[in-house]
Amino acid sequence: MIEIRGLTCGYGERTVLHDVDLSVGKGEFFGIIGPNGSGKTTMLRAMTRLVRPAKGAVLLAGVDMKNLHIADVARKVAVVSQSMPLIEITVREFVLLGRIPYYSKLQFFEREEDTAIAEKVMEMTGIHHLGAALMSEMSAGEVQLAFIARGLAQQPQILLLDEPTSHLDITHQAAILDLVKRLNRQEGLTVVIILHDLNLASEYCDRLVLMDRGRIRKIGTPAEVLDYETIEEVYRTVVVVRANPLSRKPFVMIVSEEVKDKCAGRS
Amino acid sequence: MKRRSMRVLLPAACLFLAAAAVTAIASGSAGIPLLRVITTILEGQATPEFGILMDIRLPRIILGFAVGGALSIAGVILQGMFRNPLVEPYTLGISGGAALGAALCIILKLHYILPMTALPLSGFLGSCLVILPLYFLNMRRTVLRMQGILLTGVMMSFISSSLVFLIFAISKTQELHSIVFWIMGSLEEPNWTLILILTAIVVVCLFASFFFAPVLNALSLGEEEAVHLGIDTEKAKKQLFLMASLLTGISVSLTGIIGFVGLIVPHFVRMLTGYDHRRLLVVSFLVGSGFLIFCDTIARTVISPIELPVGVITGILGGSVFIYVLARRQGSARPGGSL
Repeated sequence: MIEIRGLTCGYGERTVLHDVDLSVGKGEFFGIIGPNGSGKTTMLRAMTRLVRPAKGAVLLAGVDMKNLHIADVARKVAVVSQSMPLIEITVREFVLLGRIPYYSKLQFFEREEDTAIAEKVMEMTGIHHLGAALMSEMSAGEVQLAFIARGLAQQPQILLLDEPTSHLDITHQAAILDLVKRLNRQEGLTVVIILHDLNLASEYCDRLVLMDRGRIRKIGTPAEVLDYETIEEVYRTVVVVRANPLSRKPFVMIVSEEVKDKCAGRS
Repeated sequence: MKRRSMRVLLPAACLFLAAAAVTAIASGSAGIPLLRVITTILEGQATPEFGILMDIRLPRIILGFAVGGALSIAGVILQGMFRNPLVEPYTLGISGGAALGAALCIILKLHYILPMTALPLSGFLGSCLVILPLYFLNMRRTVLRMQGILLTGVMMSFISSSLVFLIFAISKTQELHSIVFWIMGSLEEPNWTLILILTAIVVVCLFASFFFAPVLNALSLGEEEAVHLGIDTEKAKKQLFLMASLLTGISVSLTGIIGFVGLIVPHFVRMLTGYDHRRLLVVSFLVGSGFLIFCDTIARTVISPIELPVGVITGILGGSVFIYVLARRQGSARPGGSL
């Protein structure tokens, strides 16, 4: 669905990604993990053409993205970002903005179809009752749901999410990721998601890519990627990895300095 | 202040504009009562009263309509694309350039050579002198840097006002007076051709701006978000910037600097219409036109026969009404969230 070939890119003089190769299949739930500054967000931005490749290419369903019109990309790829709107805007209006890629050149008002789709995606994300509320009055979890609803209003084939669960409690973390998972499994939506929390990534993603200083360190299933040696090396932190007793997915536990010293003293 | 539906707002704004126009045509030092105004126009004879109405008052109303509307939509466009509520058509130094052009024209006595068109022409050249470097200095490999434009614009504004002061310092009293009056702004423009050209351009720009309403809506979420929504932001920013500059440049060159309309009208209207530029652009245009016509009526009647500069009235009236509305709004409204 999305293929990155020999991608080198960055901002001006600073190169962030070095020679990255990656392929995400249709209907996959694909996670990007890695320490701060390892190039996760840049990789996502390359997938929406916000960052142009210096070398290599990003292919969308087999077509080089630089040959696609911006609106074409927006009809296929939707982004759930973190940029809270500064304007006074209601949830319904915000979700309706997701229909902009479908506007024809001489169209000022949304068609009935657009409104119907907006209502449907608000229903799907469970924020229908909040339609008339202002974005600024919503809780962090609800804002995230509104962003997802706006993304779904674009009727994309691929949903890109940049840390949708940061600042959320575990109730909302699970709610958001379960929703995205349902969309992935039931609607066949391809999901590419950046997650900081290794355990959430392990639990929800089919495959993971671990980024380290602008290069790919490892790609594979959570069990393949999340072994303690790799994690300790990339994150420079001592960890213990065990399997989650129910899902059998790896669970990464941090070892604090105090405990580390105690263990060192004992041995 | 609560948001209102378009079904209420649009008729209300039209009514406001019509009321301002009727008041304007019926008031003035000649003291023609409203009924007499109607009969005079209907009779259409070349009486002195007909002359006053058609050659003195009507051009001012048309000019107020065009300039008030132009400054308001320029303000809406700029505030939308910069995502900054303090930006107005004059922030970018366009007016400063026009003032410099006009001041140069007056001290070089160019208006003796071309009595009708020298002032507007040099004002327009002055504003182009600001717009073009502003645009080209901030192009970086096809990317238009918004913060760069804002800063360069503010600096251009300082430079041109310093140069205007320099001209003040070396000019004679008579010229000084003409420059000051030009800078303070007035809707007095005897040349019908210029008025009609301006009005035509403004109306065309108004319709053109509607095509950009969805783009402006997307841009108000930020440039990256607009790209996510499939907007070619680089193309859109350039077109919008040039449109706003053209509107401001031609308005300023014909009427001088009429401040505050482009800042306050979009703000005030946004409280009623919400963020949506499809509503914001139309209602701002109507309210801006009405507001300027109304201010001009006050300017020429309040201590007639002396005429005040209309910029003084828009500043005092607009500023105080806005502070009042803001204070009331903050008294009742929730915290946060307003552009």
